[in-house]
Amino acid sequence: MSSSKNKSANDKLIGTEISGAEIIVNALREQGVDTIFGYPGGAVLPIYDALYQQDYITHVLVRHEQGASHMAEGFARSTGKCGTVLVTSGPGVTNAITGIVDALLDSIPMVVLCGQVPTHLIGTDAFQEADTTGLTRSAAKHNYLVKSVDDLEGIIHEAYHIATTGRPGPVVIDIPKDVQFGKTIFKGKNSYKDFEYDPITEPYMPAIKMAIDLLAKAKKPVIYTGGGIINAGKEASEALRELVKITNFPITSTLMGLGAYPASGKNWLGMLGMHGSYEANLTMHDCDVMLCIGARFDDRVTGRLDAFSPNSKKIHIDIEPSSINKNVRVDIGIVADAGIATKALVEEWKNHKGKRPNLDAWWNEINVWRERNSFGYKNSDDIIIPQFAIERLYELTKDRKTYITTEVGLHQMWAAQHYHFEEPNHWMTSGGLGTMGYGLPAAVGVQKAHPDALVIDIAGDASVQMTMQEISCAIQYNLPVKIFIMNNEWMGMVRQWQQLLHGERYSHSYSHSLPDFVKMAEAFGCLGLRIDKPSELDAKIKEMIDYDGPVIVDCRVSKIENCFPMIPSGKAHNEMLMPDDLGDIGSVITDAGKKLV
Amino acid sequence: MNQPASAYFISEEKPEIIRTTLAVIVKNEPGVLGRVVGLFSARGYNIESLTVAETDHAKHTSRITIVTSGTLATLAQIKAQLNRIVPVKRVIDFHGDSDALSRELALIKVAGKGDDRVESLRLADAFKAKVLDAGLEHFTFELTGSSKKLDDFISMMKPLGLVEVSRTGVATIRRGKGKV
Repeated sequence: MSSSKNKSANDKLIGTEISGAEIIVNALREQGVDTIFGYPGGAVLPIYDALYQQDYITHVLVRHEQGASHMAEGFARSTGKCGTVLVTSGPGVTNAITGIVDALLDSIPMVVLCGQVPTHLIGTDAFQEADTTGLTRSAAKHNYLVKSVDDLEGIIHEAYHIATTGRPGPVVIDIPKDVQFGKTIFKGKNSYKDFEYDPITEPYMPAIKMAIDLLAKAKKPVIYTGGGIINAGKEASEALRELVKITNFPITSTLMGLGAYPASGKNWLGMLGMHGSYEANLTMHDCDVMLCIGARFDDRVTGRLDAFSPNSKKIHIDIEPSSINKNVRVDIGIVADAGIATKALVEEWKNHKGKRPNLDAWWNEINVWRERNSFGYKNSDDIIIPQFAIERLYELTKDRKTYITTEVGLHQMWAAQHYHFEEPNHWMTSGGLGTMGYGLPAAVGVQKAHPDALVIDIAGDASVQMTMQEISCAIQYNLPVKIFIMNNEWMGMVRQWQQLLHGERYSHSYSHSLPDFVKMAEAFGCLGLRIDKPSELDAKIKEMIDYDGPVIVDCRVSKIENCFPMIPSGKAHNEMLMPDDLGDIGSVITDAGKKLV
Repeated sequence: MNQPASAYFISEEKPEIIRTTLAVIVKNEPGVLGRVVGLFSARGYNIESLTVAETDHAKHTSRITIVTSGTLATLAQIKAQLNRIVPVKRVIDFHGDSDALSRELALIKVAGKGDDRVESLRLADAFKAKVLDAGLEHFTFELTGSSKKLDDFISMMKPLGLVEVSRTGVATIRRGKGKV
């Protein structure tokens, strides 16, 4: 975009001696970084000083470092760019780690710059010293401790390369304070091009041909996609839409992959997995050929492994070789970028000669499952049913440029079921790690990247309290995020599991001493709204949308509503529980199933 | 409810545990051994033996040799996970490789008098162990060979006054003029 301008601005620095802190700022600029999320402290003061003396990079001051890493995730997920975080040593890093692991599990590209005590103090238990590389070794895709200022510039460029290529993920750079002060010659980005890390992106074509041979003979095919399609960019989603169109295969997706294929598309089955649709799960269970693109057979998706889609041949496309055959043994594994491989499938399908089975019988079967209307619920005139609240939210926001983030729990599953996504990168949620407190800061990150968009965090009363303070950050930067709290006064998903699995013994899952969210909004300096009745929903949602600034909505919903359908722990796709099965639900789950999470 | 049997499940029912030697070629940078060892503990894999040393100073290359065991699927996953580590350049699996040469070195201290002392020296001679250090009441032997040969020698030394053993772990290379 403006990278050529950045480059020329930096050209005059090349060959001159500058400090480590200046190298960081200028290398970030060459990487096209225009926004960083951070919090200052003793060990990063030289970098903050360098930031102060430039105006290209905008710094967003968070209120807690976990907020910084989630904001960077929201920023990255909604733009396709790499997120950047800047934190100080010790507690700065340990606070950021939750967001780093979240990015690792959901494959979000992120670079985290950390201050560290000066090199001569490392290992002495110095003030605010923590073993950052040790702590983040399994939390990040890769990490560095920069021991010399001469290594700094190359490490920064390599870090962005590693974070954004292959299976994307977070990369941590630990930078001692003396390295930030140290001086060396600035070389410029073009001096750092050949990186040893060079993941495969092109598919092995004979395997693509074998996959097409299988798919062309399939009588009961299904396409199952995940976050990999989103990560592979808009072209990947376009190739997927083309593939579905020319094959007329049914398609489902994981939580992370929503939006890659439009929810209004006629082949869409809805999300699959533990709280996925009846038709998606039964299609997966009964299919004869499964094409998985950019998903990783997570336990939330497969249910009981030995009964997972037992009669199908499986094709798995993933950029990460270790994802293939990790949980489910597949017949054809293809290591490739999801977009490039999907385009190759489209081409080969078009070239493939021969008669293809008629899929009418398969679609008839699927349409019978669809008629179960598994996301259906019983509405009420008196109490707000959470699914209804999300339906209204969807109807009133679908024609705008809307981005949705969520926290983790029942509201997250209802959002996935009842908010319908037409485009990729518009849905930000914590899938792999399941981090309560993700949604509010992620919304701030999304809004920072898309100042004119409508950004809504669909939240729960328990989750939102984990990172509530970031609303102060939203107010500081005029980021008009809308925090829509589905307040049922419970940790709803914990409560549901305790009801189903633990004899209705609700141990510590009630949200005691909840704050008055409306007064709290006012105390922070934004608008607070309360919705008590279904009849008020539309007017209050409109008021929320129209308000020019951050809003916290306390939407009081039914306290006892559970999320269905549900594949209980240890059960298979075709053993879903529907809301009407509720009578003997405790006896449905085996003792072995109760041990699973 | 009757589940149709999954072919996947049947074949996994009695998985055979296989032992193999992996040579992991890594960029020699601080913390790389920690990453490799951390992977094994984080994912619950076994390490039966581990050796590591720099093999090419100019190219900053080290070679980590790991003896591990698991089912075929686990071993495939171990190799894939090792390859995810950024400074890992290559992983070579010597499982079922008849051209693989494996050697280990042990230093073995035996203390005793009289017949036991004579017998330990006689056995050391039969195993072609070198005497590194000797006193009136002890020997320290150096023995190189397969891990099995070392195990055998050590178990024979036990009744003869075995005091202490130090083993290097396995180093493996392939026969022939080619590079792996």
